[in-house]
Amino acid sequence: MKLKELIQKLDLELTTSPTALDAEVENAYASDILSDVMSHAKEGSVWITIQTHRNTVSVAELKSFAGIILVGGRRPDDETLKKANEENIPILSTRFSTFEIVGKLYELGIRG
Amino acid sequence: METRLDKTLEILFELKVGDAMKKDVVTVGPDDSMGKLNEEMSIHRISGVPVVEGKKLAGIISISDLIAWLTAGVKDSKVREWMVKDPQCLYADQPLIHAIKRFDQLRFGRFPVLDRESGELVGIITNGDIILGTLKKLEQDYNEEEVRQYRASHFFEDINADHLDLTLAFIISGKDFDHAGRASTTMKKNLKRLGLQPDIIRRAAIASYEAEMNVVIYTDGGTMKFTVNDEKLTIIVKDRGPGIENIELAMQEGYTTAEPWVRELGFGAGMGLPNIKKCSDFMDLQSVVGEGTTLKIEIMTGVHNETKRINPEARS
Repeated sequence: MKLKELIQKLDLELTTSPTALDAEVENAYASDILSDVMSHAKEGSVWITIQTHRNTVSVAELKSFAGIILVGGRRPDDETLKKANEENIPILSTRFSTFEIVGKLYELGIRG
Repeated sequence: METRLDKTLEILFELKVGDAMKKDVVTVGPDDSMGKLNEEMSIHRISGVPVVEGKKLAGIISISDLIAWLTAGVKDSKVREWMVKDPQCLYADQPLIHAIKRFDQLRFGRFPVLDRESGELVGIITNGDIILGTLKKLEQDYNEEEVRQYRASHFFEDINADHLDLTLAFIISGKDFDHAGRASTTMKKNLKRLGLQPDIIRRAAIASYEAEMNVVIYTDGGTMKFTVNDEKLTIIVKDRGPGIENIELAMQEGYTTAEPWVRELGFGAGMGLPNIKKCSDFMDLQSVVGEGTTLKIEIMTGVHNETKRINPEARS
């Protein structure tokens, strides 16, 4: 499923500029520990986290993630937003909790 | 085809009316004569002119209004009498897609463009401007893509030597979380350009990021040196201390000395060094307390094989 379809179906808020939304998403990973994400998430995944600082963009870049989903209505810090726009990493925001959004992603056929 | 149009649609959302409009607008005043309007239109070869009073838009007048005036045969007439008052406008901050819809709905030849806050006239936009603006953006994106796709993978073929090492070095500032990850992300792009296999790049990215973050989190700063040759990628990370007291303990998964605020950011989970070990073919960690730590990582690359495969001569 394309990232922009996920955004539409899950009513995610796009906080970054509308670029790089055509990526095909098959996998997702939920974790707030950066090393855990680095070692276990699959490339091209969407990453569900509560971390809003700019180091998340580096992790997303290094893992070639399709995007980052911030849960619980969190929004990226200004610096994070700036860097994400520079590196074309979409950051999405949802009011749902990690548990809830992961369930919804799973329902849509996204796997770990 | 579908993705191409998606891209165009993306551009039309991204570009604003203000990006595509003509900023250099020919205007007339409401008290100018129709004769002057006639002159302005033929000099500038335009078919519609906004009418401006002060800095505010008072109306718009087009070639059809001019023809109506000529047909009526009235002399000494003012623009005010023939212009269209309260014309339909666009705002500079509206997405271009909105402008296209308006052109489609109203079939006008042009729209005056206003600044939303001041309400002043800032430009004029025609269908031609929209097409030109979109094409310019497409060209710009295409050029950026071309630069991105530039590969340096012929590097190892073009430079002749019995043995070639390419070394790239980075300086890492301790405790600087704002710029943390710069060396690793830059190096990932470099390795892509050098044509290394995706699996090698993936492992190098993880190992170098973890090593870089260790320098940022725990030390007063240091350096990272990446050396690529046709056999392996070597990463040497040196810091200025404080050094690791018990290396064996540090290598254990889950062991950490990170402060709580660092852990809250998602770092310092005691997984860094074990991750590096998993991703490397060789790892050596030397540390002297009070002096510093040197970490050496090696990942076998097979660069030579990869470049041979890419080089067309080698293929034939």
